[in-house]
Amino acid sequence: MATSLSSGPSPALQTAAPGEPVRGAPVRLGPIDLGAIAMLCQRDLTRFWRERAQLYGSLARTVVWLFLLGTGLRGAVTMPGGVSYLSFIFPGMLAMAIIFTSLQSAISVIFDREFGFLKEIMVAPIPRTSVVLGKALAGGLIATVQGCIIFIFAPFVGVSLKPLNVLATIGVMLVLGIGLTGLGLTIAARMTSFEGFGTVNNFIVLPLYFLSGAQFPVQNVPDWMRVVIRVNPLYYGVEVMRGLLIGLWNRSGWIDFAVLAVFTVVTLSAATWSFTRQE
Amino acid sequence: MVTTPVSPPKPLPPPSISRTEPQRDRTQPAIEVEHLVRKFDTFTAVDDVSFSVAPGEVFGFLGPNGAGKSTTIKMLCTLLKPTSGTARIDGHDVVRDPAGVRNAIGIIFQDYSLDDRITAVENLRFHCMIYHVPRGVRAERIAQVLAMVNLTDRANDRVRTFSGGMKRRLEIARGLLHHPSVLFLDEPTVGLDPQTRQNIWEHINELRREHGITVFMTTHYMDEAEYCDRIAIMDHARLIALDTPFQLKASLGGDRIRLRTEDNEAAVDILGSRYGLEALIEDGRIVFAVTRGDEFAPDLLRTFPIPVQSIEIAHPTLNDVFLQMTGREIRDEGADKHDKLRAQMQRRGKRGA
Repeated sequence: MATSLSSGPSPALQTAAPGEPVRGAPVRLGPIDLGAIAMLCQRDLTRFWRERAQLYGSLARTVVWLFLLGTGLRGAVTMPGGVSYLSFIFPGMLAMAIIFTSLQSAISVIFDREFGFLKEIMVAPIPRTSVVLGKALAGGLIATVQGCIIFIFAPFVGVSLKPLNVLATIGVMLVLGIGLTGLGLTIAARMTSFEGFGTVNNFIVLPLYFLSGAQFPVQNVPDWMRVVIRVNPLYYGVEVMRGLLIGLWNRSGWIDFAVLAVFTVVTLSAATWSFTRQE
Repeated sequence: MVTTPVSPPKPLPPPSISRTEPQRDRTQPAIEVEHLVRKFDTFTAVDDVSFSVAPGEVFGFLGPNGAGKSTTIKMLCTLLKPTSGTARIDGHDVVRDPAGVRNAIGIIFQDYSLDDRITAVENLRFHCMIYHVPRGVRAERIAQVLAMVNLTDRANDRVRTFSGGMKRRLEIARGLLHHPSVLFLDEPTVGLDPQTRQNIWEHINELRREHGITVFMTTHYMDEAEYCDRIAIMDHARLIALDTPFQLKASLGGDRIRLRTEDNEAAVDILGSRYGLEALIEDGRIVFAVTRGDEFAPDLLRTFPIPVQSIEIAHPTLNDVFLQMTGREIRDEGADKHDKLRAQMQRRGKRGA
């Protein structure tokens, strides 16, 4: 090692007094600690920005699904109302970016536990609710960024973007992203091994995705599947985005959005409960 | 042998007066633990532990792996709820006022708890945010603690490029950012080279000397335990001794003699019958204590009926204290299966993207 610890009092110590209880007051509204939420968001966004591999992965996934799978299936699927198959699945691509990214953000808690950083957060004088809110907001923001990048493919699949509808879609992506990160956190708070990671992918992400109407129209599916699809929160996300982007509405978008909002509140509460319980 | 319950802490010699001596209540103990118990299902990890630590004291917690040291430290840091009993840090109850406790303490965990994908400064800045260090003083304090641990020139490097010792120093810097009254160190020097261990100790002593900060640490390095003002020895979930290193060693009654003979079993019997000595066999050698080893040894060699192969006279160490009290030597029992797996994962993580 090049440097050693100071021998004798260093000049810095003469003004610094670690024992002096000069502490700031938290900016806090009930269990909402703004400093903590800002910290968790900044950290995840910093890491996301520095490690862009995740970004390229998401782009590559979209290209594969949209152009390879989409082009291949185009002839086999009959679409209602004369919509092209590629534009039909375009909102589904946004949903896919959101669900993959959100769950990945949530799973990072397991890595933080394994590499110790979670302890730094858990012993800090901040409420668990704020830990969950910060982490979920970070997950939602990163997912939304990932989703927005998918917009560059819109011209290639014949989707014309209107500014207001794009803004509304971004809002939907954020709420959906926060909700799904909350769902992931609820699970991740109880998981202690990396092995669970693959399980989450296989038993949560893929079923949620395939049963969301993202890849195929849900009008002609068997009754049991329709029931499952109706309780899948991602379905409502896909529905409202499909309405906003290609004008295909099955019901008022406000109903879809309300379901998403309720879903988000429920998962955030569950995640907080899950984090508090492990003590 | 000293037994529980443990005597109250002796008043410390006043720490040398510093220009920046903080205004803190010096009459209230920094740590006060009463009848602390923690059970996991049927297993009792911490059994009726009571002690108190005076402000400005360096207090060492000693014991083998699995003795309950980490469980105790977790309860004191509010990471684990006690099954029963109470603990107060700087006057804050760990169960009723965990936020107060968390504000008052700094913690350096046994395993690294830095985010190694971001820089040293970012780790420190994030710590300021969750400990509510006022925005206006953050930059200044970060510069101060970095200078304190001589990491100023690496401030903007990512932590993953740091050596183990540098990471440890950064953690100590981070633990001090919010000006804690009590600093917890859980095996802070494990796995570090002797030079770095020495540096970290100089640093801990400086903190105490200059700022009167209370230090609570666990270790199983006996030489490090010697630096502590007082030591608590924990074994099988209970506190079995608490005193100054000097008193603990004095309680052994003098020097240690280690003897190898042609028949150790018979030699132990003779030592007992002829000299009234209580001897143990440890690693093929007989170990016992006498008040003046240097005078006793020549006399023994002249008259002992069993041929002596080797003899060694040593002043007592804390290891001897531990051996005396538990019948075992304290030593690193090696990482258990889970630790090994975790270490593997950490290596893998460091290699990966």
